[in-house]
Amino acid sequence: MSELTLTVMRLGFLAVLWLFVIVAVQVIRSDLFGTRVTQRGSRRESARPQNAARQTAPPQQRGQQPAATGGRRGRNAPTKLVVSEGTLTGTTVALQGQTITLGRAHDSTIVLDDDYASSRHARIYPDRDGQWIVEDLGSTNGTYLDRNRLTTPTPIPLGAPIRIGKTVIELRK
Amino acid sequence: MSSTTNTSTQHTSTIGAIGAPSRRNTELALLAFAVVIPVFAYANVGLALNDEVPAGLAAYGIGLGVLAGIGHLVIRKFAPYADPLMLPLATLLNGLGLVAIWRLDQSALLQRIGQAGGKATNQLVYTAMGIALLIAVLIFLKDHRTLQRYTYISMAGALVLLLLPLVPGLGAELTYGAKIWIQVGSFTIQPGEFAKIVLAIFFAGYLMVKRDALALASRRFMGIYLPRGRDLGPIIVVWAISILILVFETDLGTSLLFFGMFVIMLYVATERTSWIVFGLLMSAAGAVGVASFEIHVQQRVQAWLDPMGEWELSKTVAGHSAQSMEALWAFGSGGTLGTGWGQGHSELIRFAANSDFILATFGEELGLSGVMAILLIYGLIVERGIRTALAARDPFGKLLAVGLSGAFALQVFVVAGGVMGLIPLTGMTMPFMAYGGSSVIANWALIGILIRISDTARRPAPAPAPNPDAEMTQVVRPS
Repeated sequence: MSELTLTVMRLGFLAVLWLFVIVAVQVIRSDLFGTRVTQRGSRRESARPQNAARQTAPPQQRGQQPAATGGRRGRNAPTKLVVSEGTLTGTTVALQGQTITLGRAHDSTIVLDDDYASSRHARIYPDRDGQWIVEDLGSTNGTYLDRNRLTTPTPIPLGAPIRIGKTVIELRK
Repeated sequence: MSSTTNTSTQHTSTIGAIGAPSRRNTELALLAFAVVIPVFAYANVGLALNDEVPAGLAAYGIGLGVLAGIGHLVIRKFAPYADPLMLPLATLLNGLGLVAIWRLDQSALLQRIGQAGGKATNQLVYTAMGIALLIAVLIFLKDHRTLQRYTYISMAGALVLLLLPLVPGLGAELTYGAKIWIQVGSFTIQPGEFAKIVLAIFFAGYLMVKRDALALASRRFMGIYLPRGRDLGPIIVVWAISILILVFETDLGTSLLFFGMFVIMLYVATERTSWIVFGLLMSAAGAVGVASFEIHVQQRVQAWLDPMGEWELSKTVAGHSAQSMEALWAFGSGGTLGTGWGQGHSELIRFAANSDFILATFGEELGLSGVMAILLIYGLIVERGIRTALAARDPFGKLLAVGLSGAFALQVFVVAGGVMGLIPLTGMTMPFMAYGGSSVIANWALIGILIRISDTARRPAPAPAPNPDAEMTQVVRPS
């Protein structure tokens, strides 16, 4: 067997071996890119423009907020949302400029296990001044701030109880 | 596991897989490729050594092809959603191992000292037995979760398997340094290879139950979590067992493998880095402690630190091993592109050239590029195992897949590292490639279990539970 043939076979074999490895990696390429990793926080962020189209006072993008309202938010701005009655009592959600949805739907921020809640019941979001607003989303049994049933998006005073079915939530510092 | 009710607003991610097709045809195509490569290598060896295509080419090619084909058909029938890569990758490694063993069989030197001759035929028979075991696993193990019922039986079984070589009359009297073989009739079996799988089942079942206690009940001290004493119990026991193996069977590799596997699974189960710190400290302490009085281990360490000196001594003094240096020479003479199939001289390693040191043959004849490709193929098998663990829906399957692929990875590391002089040499076999019935059969069983788990993991999810969103909202009636 000539030296040349053997050299060609030697290099050819290495090439074929590497080709196999490359083909195998190509097969798992779909596995590497075939999953959707959804960042829950950022998904809400990107969903924001759609919300904005539907409502008159679009909530401010999170990034711009501190610059525009740094002074006003200061002392009385609530920092967390607390569930004070109902099955989720004790649950807290940090308020970081994101929209919080409430309802029985599984993709709600707070999933209510409550027969009297609608699947998309209400949402709470900051307006452009950083003031937190609660809006009823056309729920069956309504959303109550203190004793009043909401008809329009309403600013939430600190510590005021928001009642949804058997669940009561409030904003706290 | 990932999409629980999420009330925190931290950046929690959910991973949703796009519906995975079964990919059986991809597997078949890759399998054909994986059979063609060893046939090419086989022809190449024959042409280089004897200037002719070897007579047994068709027989070996068809033999390997039929075995792999049967495996594929069984997967098609019994595990249709299994990972498409595991079978082809394992088949390729096994085929390349067969070629290398056959190539060493041709060496007159190895034949003279009884280390070669007809070994490739034996290995093909072992491969057939291995694939038969893979098929048995796929047919009889319908759901890997049934293994969970045998958690503590597995523990006892693993201990028995590990202790078998120490039983007088059963342990094979082979003077290879380590007492890890048992003699059954004319066969010698390494029970440790099977114990690896059985022990992984025990660890997975045990950790699934105890992981919360291990993860949560701990005190924080200087940035790491210190486990409670009672939770430390099992890790101490496993550590003690692995040290005992080391002392009585002088088998550094197996003891490293078991302890490493336990630490990997413990880390995956609890997410506590402190376990890794503890594990490394304990294995280091154990190894140093045993090495201080065990001659056999000292020799291996000496051969690792000064292979050239050992080689010089081996010419005059009995009990010193020249293999470490000879393996390094084999890698060195291979260079980047290798000498080509059949043109190296790795038979000069003599003893265990076709089992523990088979990687040196690849290093010499395929060079750095060939060894890199082979290590990548091992890496891909491990990656598929870990990927299976990620996709698995039950914690037992996750832990078992991580444990098995972790053990596989550790074994490759321990053998390859030992042969290349990165760590002290331990008498273990390169999975699928090295000559040895127990190793080949046990590793095919391991692949069988991983294929079963991946089939369960990639199977389309069962119909979701009735959606509560669709239920009617009750109306509050003013009273």
